[in-house]
Amino acid sequence: MNNILHVVPLSYYVALSSLLFTIGVMGVLFRRNAIIIFMCIELMLNAVNLLLTAFSAQHGDASGQVMVFFIMAVAAAEVAVGLAILVMIYNNIRTVDINELNKLKW
Amino acid sequence: MIQLAWLIPLFPLLGFLVIGMLNKRLPVSLSGAIASLSVFLSFVVSVIIFNEIHQVGSVPERILMFDWINVGDLNIPFSFLIDRLSVIMLLVITGVGFLIHVYSIGYMQHEQDHSRFFSYLNLFIFFMLLLVLGANYIVMFAGWEGVGLCSYLLIGFWFKYTEYNNAAKKAFIMNRIGDLGFLLGIFLIYTTFGSVSYQEVFNAAKGFPDGDAAITAITLLLFVGAMGKSAQIPLYTWLPDAMAGPTPVSALIHAATMVTAGIYMVIRSNVLYTLAPYSSEIVAIVGLVTAVFAATIGLKQNDIKKVLAYSTVSQLGYMFVALGVGAYDTALFHVVMHAFFKALLFLGAGSVIHAMSGEQDIRYMGGLKKKLPITHITFLIGTLAIAGVFPFAGFFSKDEILSKVYAFSPFMFVVLMFTSALTAIYMFRLYWLTFYGSFRGTEQQRTHLHESPSSMTMPLIILALLSTIGGFLGMPEVFHVPHYFSEFLSSIIYRKAELTLPESSELMVMGGSLTMVVLIIIMTYNHYVKKAVMPETNEGELRGFQKVLSHKYYIDEIYSALITKPIDWLASFSYKRIELGVIDRIVNGSGYILNGISSLLRYVQTGSIGTYVFGMVIGIILLVALTMIH
Repeated sequence: MNNILHVVPLSYYVALSSLLFTIGVMGVLFRRNAIIIFMCIELMLNAVNLLLTAFSAQHGDASGQVMVFFIMAVAAAEVAVGLAILVMIYNNIRTVDINELNKLKW
Repeated sequence: MIQLAWLIPLFPLLGFLVIGMLNKRLPVSLSGAIASLSVFLSFVVSVIIFNEIHQVGSVPERILMFDWINVGDLNIPFSFLIDRLSVIMLLVITGVGFLIHVYSIGYMQHEQDHSRFFSYLNLFIFFMLLLVLGANYIVMFAGWEGVGLCSYLLIGFWFKYTEYNNAAKKAFIMNRIGDLGFLLGIFLIYTTFGSVSYQEVFNAAKGFPDGDAAITAITLLLFVGAMGKSAQIPLYTWLPDAMAGPTPVSALIHAATMVTAGIYMVIRSNVLYTLAPYSSEIVAIVGLVTAVFAATIGLKQNDIKKVLAYSTVSQLGYMFVALGVGAYDTALFHVVMHAFFKALLFLGAGSVIHAMSGEQDIRYMGGLKKKLPITHITFLIGTLAIAGVFPFAGFFSKDEILSKVYAFSPFMFVVLMFTSALTAIYMFRLYWLTFYGSFRGTEQQRTHLHESPSSMTMPLIILALLSTIGGFLGMPEVFHVPHYFSEFLSSIIYRKAELTLPESSELMVMGGSLTMVVLIIIMTYNHYVKKAVMPETNEGELRGFQKVLSHKYYIDEIYSALITKPIDWLASFSYKRIELGVIDRIVNGSGYILNGISSLLRYVQTGSIGTYVFGMVIGIILLVALTMIH
């Protein structure tokens, strides 16, 4: 465990997960395809997961890794529900472009 | 048996509940029968109790029903007091009340809503009995308010007519003014004597000096209450308007019983009034002014019931004069006699109205003598009694008041004598115009004329009998016969005023008033029957003072201008300017402002997910940046 951290310093992990997280945020902000946005959200979640494991190893505390398992489980459930919603949206309006989904306004 | 006195108010209450609950399911004869029976049972119990009080002697008996109000030091039991005063009132209320109930069965025959009528009538009797039976001022006040309510309900009995409703409201509001005075008087009694029960208050009061300020204030406040209920100046205008109710109601409530409640209250508190000579003087003056004032108005009224109403106000004024000079027993004597002959007159008027198919204007009557023989004879007896002709009831009671007042103040005597002349004039004007001359109504009314059914004529006959012989209960002192009434009451009068006249002047008073009345009868006969002078049908024909009289001194107009109009103006000002102009604007304005702001802000809600996410991210970045700074 520790030697992995010796090989790759903690700051690298932090930089990588920040990068991944930013890519995720940018994806959510600028893409229009709902599936891609969905994937970007997953990317953000996993960036956080990576950070949690890295710090967990750094501190020698397993609770961070336990947390990651929870997040993964919740993310799996969320994907199941979210994809189902997307299928329904597609069935109804024949597109998954989120800019078409703008009926709920003033 | 005296301990069973609680049965007396119980019967009418049960009658009210039974008739009120079964309401429309009862036929007219049955609801009338139940109502009459309940009052008759009360009458029987009253007679039995009267006999006992009469024999055993005067031991006022208190009957505790239950603890009513019990808070801290304040302890007001719901208890009844049976003494000689309340027993007389019981007999009058249940006796005359029973006759009027029986009369109503005939009178209300064609009325759809008869059950409501009889239930109210029974409720009235219940409250009236409560009023006279109570052993403290609070129970009396409960009855006092109750009779006011029943009076309101019965004046507005035909509630589909706005005019009648207005009359009912007027009576209720005028009474409320008086009731406030009465209530304040009770409060003052409690703070002064620490109790509201008659016995304790009067025993405590006997230790006070004559003319004590607190007692004067109490008696004046109580008299304000009496003014409202007994229709004295300035609170009398409701009584003539109260004639909007069915005629039996006018007879029972607005002539025989309820309006005498004020007199009863003053007699009941005679200890206090004796100790307050200043208040007594005010009572006498108000009574005197009311008596002559109402009598002059009565001269120019053309509605048969209005004439009787003003005569009631005038007679009540008489009674207050008697109270004011300290002749409490004489006042009660007149109350009882007045109950007989005024109930008789009203019921007679009701019989006339019944025969005339609802016509009340004496200008369209005339010549009814032959068509309504029983009504005519009984009405004549009533008229003779109120005018004060020997040997009818009014002669004795009125004459006693006159001679007592003469001993008190000759000036007041002259005014009262003038009033009794006026009384004779307007009563005989009414009588001649109604029963003599030629019939002046429509052809349809003429063919419909008929004597009333026996349920209506029987009470008339009994009341006529009472009006004829009732007076002998109180023979004048000159005849050296025991004055039964005054002796019976002597124990409840605290300090009897010395108001005896020398025999010669008393005979002179009697002879004088009698000759005067006889002369008036002849004069009015000449005027209204021989010369057949009719009251003007056209308003414009009236001149000067006559016009003022026919408009009742414009008192209603003055009250309306001085009180009703300003209050109406204030109400409409509050509504239009304050409510609509200020309060509504604040309330609606705050709504409009919020509406305006939100109508601008709602464009933030674009509906595109990208905008929301962008906002969210910016927000998070700001939060993070903030934590970084700290």
